Amino acid sequence: MATPQYTGDALAPPLTSPLTNKTFARRMESALPYLLLLPSMLFMLIFFAWPMVQALILSVRTPDGAWTMQYLERMVRDVNFTDALRNTFLIILIAIPLQFAFAIAMGLLIQAKLKGSALFLYFWTIPLAVSDLAAGLVWLAVFSDRGFLNSVLRTTGIMPIAFSWLSYENYGTLLMAVVIAEVWRATAIVMVIVVAGLQLIPDDYLEAAEVFGATRWQRLWHVTLPMIRPSLQVALILRTILAFQVFAVVIALAGRAMPVLASEAYNRYAELNPNGAAVYALLILTISLVTTGVYLRLLRTSEAEMGR
Amino acid sequence: MSEIRIQGVWKYFSKGKVAALKDVSLTVQDREFMVLLGPSGCGKTTLLRCIAGLEYPERGRIFIGGRDVTDEPPRKRKIAMVFQSYAVFPHLTVFENIAFGLRMQKRPNAEVKQRVNNAAGMMRIENFLERYPAQLSGGQRQRVAVARGLVMEPQVLLMDEPLSNLDALLRLQARAELKRLLQQVQTTTVYVTHDQIEALSMGDRIAVMENGAIVQVDAPTQVYDYPGSLFVGGFIGTPPMNFLRGTVKSMNGAFALNLGGQPIRAALPANVQAGQDLLMGIRAENIEASAQRSPDAVPARVLVVEPLGSHLLLTVQVGETPIKVQTRMDFNIAPDQTIYLRLEPKQVRWFDPETGVRYDASGSTELK
Repeated sequence: MATPQYTGDALAPPLTSPLTNKTFARRMESALPYLLLLPSMLFMLIFFAWPMVQALILSVRTPDGAWTMQYLERMVRDVNFTDALRNTFLIILIAIPLQFAFAIAMGLLIQAKLKGSALFLYFWTIPLAVSDLAAGLVWLAVFSDRGFLNSVLRTTGIMPIAFSWLSYENYGTLLMAVVIAEVWRATAIVMVIVVAGLQLIPDDYLEAAEVFGATRWQRLWHVTLPMIRPSLQVALILRTILAFQVFAVVIALAGRAMPVLASEAYNRYAELNPNGAAVYALLILTISLVTTGVYLRLLRTSEAEMGR
Repeated sequence: MSEIRIQGVWKYFSKGKVAALKDVSLTVQDREFMVLLGPSGCGKTTLLRCIAGLEYPERGRIFIGGRDVTDEPPRKRKIAMVFQSYAVFPHLTVFENIAFGLRMQKRPNAEVKQRVNNAAGMMRIENFLERYPAQLSGGQRQRVAVARGLVMEPQVLLMDEPLSNLDALLRLQARAELKRLLQQVQTTTVYVTHDQIEALSMGDRIAVMENGAIVQVDAPTQVYDYPGSLFVGGFIGTPPMNFLRGTVKSMNGAFALNLGGQPIRAALPANVQAGQDLLMGIRAENIEASAQRSPDAVPARVLVVEPLGSHLLLTVQVGETPIKVQTRMDFNIAPDQTIYLRLEPKQVRWFDPETGVRYDASGSTELK
């Protein structure tokens, strides 16, 4: 085995391997970050990038290999398509503002450092640990015809005849039930992000606002909310993207009575129509990307404010 | 009239276990610049926050302009405050930061604009009004914080170590500027600092605090020349006052202090008796060092010689006690040599070695 040696002439290339211990260590050091990134890169490529490409191909190519728009056309013409689109957007438009209002109120309550407010945090984050489907089933037990709600209404005499909250004939109450379950399930994650943001605000700012005459509401509106804007932005993007994929809760509560985009994708797949499922998946992806882009534009912090 | 009167204020922390303020009473005159000075943990910031209404005292009353504000929230007290961290809102421009208080009062736009421009002009930040705080230097942010206070034309301006986050050179400049500015606006000001030079150079009066109590309230020169106690003398001045312990003895019908065998002839407090122990306080600049022995000079051994540019600072040992002596730069001395100290008789102060309280000229101990 050749050992490194100097030829004596500094300008002449060394005859043997120039890889002394020192240069090897330096190369290792610069390569290390990439080596550490490699596993997650591979994971992303195999389980996200590749299926995405496959879905894209599935949605525009027939099994014979011909390029086509027929799956897209079929999706748009489907009876359930407009319903699914409308339902998804309705759930998002109603549930997300509610989630944020609740999350901010809960976060402020926790930050108020009342007695036992640390307990609230644990209590309120319980839904985080519950799976989507389980959350849907919990609320199914409440809203079904023989559920808790109807039995409470009957025994208290408020409503002697059971009401079908989840029937497709009562679209209003069905939507309400889905929204309630969604809010119950997903407010916790928003609240956790909001609490983290609130904890980063130094007391000085709120005290300064107080000294300079701000009432409680003015402090919330002019200091607290602007200062947790980055947290709200993260939570909003996260929640909206996940809400476009709303699925298990709806399936558990409404079955086929309330089609949403993700459930339609699932139904196509269950009908052994992977191309149809892929078009829906692609639609969800596109809508999510566009919304995220819009959020980032609307809510971005100006470069001047960040000190650049 | 906007004098501040603090009457017997007590403040407890940790569920009543720690008393941060113990029966504090203080009156700040209308238009006076009062400095609260003390080491960290002495309660000076707590007292300021009680005046601001950010803390509520458990006992005692606070009056601003003759009105009892003890139970009022900060926004009703007609005060403005400059925070140690500045607390300049990062999401608002400099203009909106200064305008914050006026906006909360929903003042008309024209008035806001005019007053903000005025205050910004005073602080010489009128060119930064459209910037965000992140684009400013520390010194500029500090000016924004002061402007935000001035624009309110408050009855009382409260400042919590406003210069402590600036680097040394900038602090020197900001100190003089702030003093000029506050002389101009003549607002009653309470200024908290742990920096005794800041206190001496800026205050009309200084309230020295120790362990949650005010131990002396006086004009800066008075606090420096006539510290009310060992603590005040040892806290104020760089270097702090020297203290030497000796015994009173009778000499030719008069009293003198026996300091390690060397009698010191200085005006002793009245009513002293032979054999009584006294603490003598004297500042480094009031000791004259000489290489020659003389009858009334105290011999001392040199421990450390520190050239400070404008003068030499010597650490010397008198008997068992190390003290600081200030001499001219050209004084030729080296460690381990013996020098002779003459103490300026008029600058000698006497303290009770038991209580640490200073004897005044008439012999009664005084403590404010």
